[in-house]
Amino acid sequence: MTKIHIPTPLRQYAGKQADITVKAGTVAEALSELVSKHPDLRRHLYTEDGKLRSFVNVYLNDEDVRYLQKEATPVKDSDTISIVPSIAGGCSGLRIL
Amino acid sequence: MLKIGRSHYEALRQHGEETYPHECCGVLLGRMDGDGRVVTSIARCGNTREDSPQNRYNIDPKELIRIQREAHERGEDIVGFYHSHPDHPPRWSPTDLAEAHWLGCSYVITSVEKGKAVTTNSFELAGSDENVKTFVDEKIEVV
Repeated sequence: MTKIHIPTPLRQYAGKQADITVKAGTVAEALSELVSKHPDLRRHLYTEDGKLRSFVNVYLNDEDVRYLQKEATPVKDSDTISIVPSIAGGCSGLRIL
Repeated sequence: MLKIGRSHYEALRQHGEETYPHECCGVLLGRMDGDGRVVTSIARCGNTREDSPQNRYNIDPKELIRIQREAHERGEDIVGFYHSHPDHPPRWSPTDLAEAHWLGCSYVITSVEKGKAVTTNSFELAGSDENVKTFVDEKIEVV
């Protein structure tokens, strides 16, 4: 079973769990199983046309899957998938003091 | 409301002074407490926006995963983030809102004027999803 780590803001849609285990062969299968078990997560992870939202980073252990095989990346039982929404911002757009 | 110990509060402000004139950034760790959050530790992060560090910040998700793992071992959770605004007001910008995605977490902003931390404010990212998110002022209780 592969573990998926759920970020704080999404736990309310995942039965308040921080980690969910799924049986999957790829990242895509794991995420599909996740939203199948917890359908309320779907709109937070995916756009209406079924693509992962651009600010949703998916890591397999310590690697961004964008630099592996994306959602086709194979997963093993000992792997952990982390869902990490982006953290960014800045004072750009505000008037200088 | 955001409750934070004096030492952590001063540390995040000092971080902004050290990185001035660039924005600092970091993670607030602790626990949810009813409608608010309690900070029990903070973790400094690097700002990966080397192209525009004076008015933008970005935390590498890989760094966050490490921080999260270590926090989990201590029984802590991610409850928010902090960053500084060098010579800009201590309130959220349109950029801050557009790029905030951790609903229910606190975003702490410190204005750093001419190298000195002045005002620190906190905002909860409220809303049920991306389409209706907004920042709401929240009180900081320094304990």
